[in-house]
Amino acid sequence: MKDKFDHLDKLESQSVFIIREAYSQYRDVALLWSIGKDSTCLLWLVRKAFFGKIPFPVLHIDTTHKFKEIYDFREKYAKEWDLNLVIAKNEDALARGVGPDTGKFECCNELKTVALKQAIAEYGYKALYLGIRRDEHGIRAKERVFSPRDEDFEWDYKNQPPELWDQYKTKAAEEEHIRVHPILGWREIDIWEYTRRENIPVNSLYFAQDQKRFRSIGCETCCGPVDSQADSIDKIIEELKITKISERSGRAQDKESDYMMQKLRSLGYM
Amino acid sequence: MGALSFVIVGHVDHGKSTLIGRLLYDTNSLPADKIAEIKKASDDLGRGTEFAYLLDHLEEERKQGITIDTTQVFFKSKVRDYVIIDAPGHVEFVKNMITGASQAEAAVLIVDAEEGVKEQTKRHSYMLAMLGLKQVVVAINKMDLMDYSQEHYEKIKSDVAEWLASIGVEPVVYLPMSAKDGENIASRSDKMAWADCPTFLESLDSLKNISLANEKSLIFPIQDVYKIDDKRINAGRVEAGVMKKGDKIKILPDGQVTTIRSIEKFLEETDEACSSECVGMTTEDSVFLDRGNVVCIAGNEPVLTDTISANIFWMSKKGVKVGDKMTLRCATQGQPCKIESISKRINSSTLEVIALDSDSIENLEVAEVVIKTKKPIAIKDFNEVQELGRFVLVRDDNTCAGGIVTSI
Repeated sequence: MKDKFDHLDKLESQSVFIIREAYSQYRDVALLWSIGKDSTCLLWLVRKAFFGKIPFPVLHIDTTHKFKEIYDFREKYAKEWDLNLVIAKNEDALARGVGPDTGKFECCNELKTVALKQAIAEYGYKALYLGIRRDEHGIRAKERVFSPRDEDFEWDYKNQPPELWDQYKTKAAEEEHIRVHPILGWREIDIWEYTRRENIPVNSLYFAQDQKRFRSIGCETCCGPVDSQADSIDKIIEELKITKISERSGRAQDKESDYMMQKLRSLGYM
Repeated sequence: MGALSFVIVGHVDHGKSTLIGRLLYDTNSLPADKIAEIKKASDDLGRGTEFAYLLDHLEEERKQGITIDTTQVFFKSKVRDYVIIDAPGHVEFVKNMITGASQAEAAVLIVDAEEGVKEQTKRHSYMLAMLGLKQVVVAINKMDLMDYSQEHYEKIKSDVAEWLASIGVEPVVYLPMSAKDGENIASRSDKMAWADCPTFLESLDSLKNISLANEKSLIFPIQDVYKIDDKRINAGRVEAGVMKKGDKIKILPDGQVTTIRSIEKFLEETDEACSSECVGMTTEDSVFLDRGNVVCIAGNEPVLTDTISANIFWMSKKGVKVGDKMTLRCATQGQPCKIESISKRINSSTLEVIALDSDSIENLEVAEVVIKTKKPIAIKDFNEVQELGRFVLVRDDNTCAGGIVTSI
């Protein structure tokens, strides 16, 4: 037995519990893997929950605008961890030329949210695991661990179900799918401390090169790096203890207007 | 010290969100771009800087100046990390308040010094008592509106104390403060030099973490069973006690007895699991476990029963009648059930008895009931193992009530 069941042990245990609850209820599930640090950490927890054999697909919503390093990372670990990787793109919107230049709201909505809708329609997932965290954004802080979406994908944030103790929502007929958030209660620094402890692989974009690094990664066109000297996990953790800049300060969709994130999310954005 | 989660409850507009905003600001927990964003959003709505906007993130929340849903934010004192759970004060959003409170280890009850004890002050504190939250800090806010008068503070304090005594809540501390002006939050207030009590931050630092239940007898409810290679791995979380390889165990409800062959964790060799740990387990004999089975130590078993006396809090707009079909969920156990009898219905704010021997319960009422389950389930005294002493009632896939077992 561990001498001390520490902060990271508690977080890990709670997440594993949630992951197993969702699988026990729904079976037809998929893990949404954006290949950033959070969803990779979640993927690691999922491997632990199922003793290394993930019994469901890992879904990557590909906008085609991701960094090259993201695609490389995806191919390498999909193979190494023997993942059932499913790649989904909104081919129709891409053919129409939808992209960052045609408007950020439309681009995010079409290439991420609509692409996800298409994948759910095609594969019939009843629940999706997502690696969002409460401390990333004020809107995400309002989320439940199990969060229902209706057929239009809408998040009814004004009327969320009660979530008592560890009794999570069962899916009602009118609900399209359930979003499951196993690492909702983790902070950015927890992700890094756990990544260090577990030796989870990290995308090189997170490490400083020429005094700049990415704190949050997504599409190459809409992510900006922050000034940083942190070229190792130890240094990233030290940096986070003193930084006064918020994590998603480099992400365009958080900034366009005050409520853009709320509007994107209420339409089903992750 | 480990991180501590606490919920802030109280009547609408008594200053819950403002207190949290102030706390984050005074402890230097806010990124510069967040402060700028809040200032801009406040200006756009023609207001002075509203710290409440740090939590009230929904557009509707800011425009109406209220909190709709529960939020969790993080901050750090010199002593430890905190998870703050903000809970809405409007009567409409009580289910969100309960969601928040059910995840907390401690609570702050905030009371407006001008308005004193109001409807949600009472309902929220009663809910804390019912949910078993024992550590409560009472913060009497908006002292700036009362010219920081000690006499006035003492009066409000005694009103609150009288109410809390009537529901059996003994607060850890009472303190006066002004969240808006930052008086007695992170540092002592010159304006209330008379106050012989800790600051709000010191009060938080004095709260205790809930300790692991390692010293108790083993309770391991089965979540799921995975067949991996040739093994049947029984997955679950140790809710009480410690589970060891070689333990002689009993499996409820059927009562099979066997021995633990192995404790399973991915990429880890271990023979033991402590309380709160999620693990897998295999058995010596080929017994077939299933979700909802409860593993325990023979001779120290939970009670198996199909008749449960409980206090429940109903939180669905549509009420419930004796005999309505529902599902009771307790730990990983789930059973069809119905309410057999309702001996008392209570107004959760005034504590007035609405009816004795009734046949229905309405929204926001607390009731003393007897529940009948289809098959027996394993329960324990709430004060001994909370996970087996509390449950939810689910109707049409919606959680409608939380309940606490009152006698077994």
